[in-house]
Amino acid sequence: MSLAMRVEEKLYQNRYIVDAGKPHIAIRPHDKPSENLLAMTRICPAGCYAETSSGQVEITPDGCLECGTCRVLCEASGDITWNYPRGGFGVLFKFG
Amino acid sequence: MIEEKFDAIVIGAGMAGNAAAHTMASRGLKVLQLERGEYAGSKNVQGAILYADMVEKIIPNFREEAPLERHLVEQRFWMMGDRSHTGLQYRNDDFNEDKPNRYTIIRSQFDRWFSKEVQAQGALVICETTVTELVSDAYGKVIGVRTDRRGGTIFADVVILCEGVNGLLGARAGLRDTPKAEHVALAVKEMHFLPRETIESRFNLHGDEGVVIEAAGVISKGMTGMGFVYTNKESVSVGMGCLVSDFATNNDTPNGLLEAFKNHPSIKPLLEGSEVKEYAAHLIPEGGYKTIPQLFGDGWVVCGDAAQLNNAIHREGSNLALTSGRLAGEAIFQIKSRREPMTKQNLALYKQYLDDSFVMKDLKKYKDMPALLHANSQNYFLAYPQLVSKAMENFLRVDGTPKLDKEKATVASFVKERRWTGLFGDAWRLARAWR
Repeated sequence: MSLAMRVEEKLYQNRYIVDAGKPHIAIRPHDKPSENLLAMTRICPAGCYAETSSGQVEITPDGCLECGTCRVLCEASGDITWNYPRGGFGVLFKFG
Repeated sequence: MIEEKFDAIVIGAGMAGNAAAHTMASRGLKVLQLERGEYAGSKNVQGAILYADMVEKIIPNFREEAPLERHLVEQRFWMMGDRSHTGLQYRNDDFNEDKPNRYTIIRSQFDRWFSKEVQAQGALVICETTVTELVSDAYGKVIGVRTDRRGGTIFADVVILCEGVNGLLGARAGLRDTPKAEHVALAVKEMHFLPRETIESRFNLHGDEGVVIEAAGVISKGMTGMGFVYTNKESVSVGMGCLVSDFATNNDTPNGLLEAFKNHPSIKPLLEGSEVKEYAAHLIPEGGYKTIPQLFGDGWVVCGDAAQLNNAIHREGSNLALTSGRLAGEAIFQIKSRREPMTKQNLALYKQYLDDSFVMKDLKKYKDMPALLHANSQNYFLAYPQLVSKAMENFLRVDGTPKLDKEKATVASFVKERRWTGLFGDAWRLARAWR
């Protein structure tokens, strides 16, 4: 797919009210990411998860679509903590 | 924040929540509904098809007021090959009836309208408020909720959890488990805008007629999953979803699959020249009957996606949500009219209503399908579609090969892929799970 649209370009179409300084998802500090956490760098539909140069996984939840996929894969093991954004914040679907 | 005590607190303003709140408020109960989005519908994502019957049971004249897109006159099921599709197409002019059976909708618009109807019945609806915790008494009975707004607990006789597939509250309170990766599909979806006339000519439609395409096959790369194209008035909803557990072990990305689906030669011409205005993602409960959690307890009930009430085979979710919300509301109204407490024993009435409805009957019918499709996804979603595509090509391409040789080659390709025992086994397992 040479003409495939990148996730970042797509998120640009969406409407968000970002709760600055209050991320609703946090990753537990780690030396080596678990398999599921590493998988999130690929699966997260909003591309919130990324691998750093030193091999850890970090998160920037600003573009989060609040689908819950990472919660399903990584919450039980304690890899991440997941909360909903405060009322009114986060993604606001125009069409849904 | 609020001093008074309510008969019921409804959490969430999706299909289940609005159905429950409307049902109870219209019968005179004092209802508080809490929604974390800026407005009802701002957090909700669906394909989206609306089944009229289930809305009619709540708002009989909804067709006159509700924002509906197109009524469906045609359904296409496409089995996708790499560059082909084999289709089953059903179109019926009888679907152009006075009271059509199915519509496409845009959820944020529909839910906003639905919420106004709920408020018109007298329910108090507060948006931009995230419920952070269920509050229980010393005996474990749910007696209210705490929110992220200032102020203490809000009390009610019963809390109706309509918090969706990714609902945190029920799981945190230990009332049910968080869904497992093999029981939820991750779907991504885009809204493609096109002029009305373009949609109508491309999809062979007149006026407000609509068409639905459901597509399975090689597009999910051997994972349990599907793609879809739904026509709205001036937009087309395009999406693709696969089980989260399959994504976790596969190398494809949700967005990559969606892009490949959009660029499939059978889909691409339908979308040409469109303007994309939104990209959404959502989990879909796919575990079926066997994954339905405990549905009621002391002071609480759970409805809709939060209760895994989704019929993945028929792609029916919102109508199960509407129905479960309505039945929860009716059960609570009954208990309330008898002046009895909202105990687990009394709230079992909700489960009884659900068991008697199509919701549980349908889910029970397909109780073995999710596991079957998951365990055999490589066959059902990759091998067979490729074989069917090859068989169709053999059948249709005229190249001087005698027909008998062609048939032999087709049969041989099926046997080679699955062997006779595999073919009969797959057919038998599918038929048995369908019963």
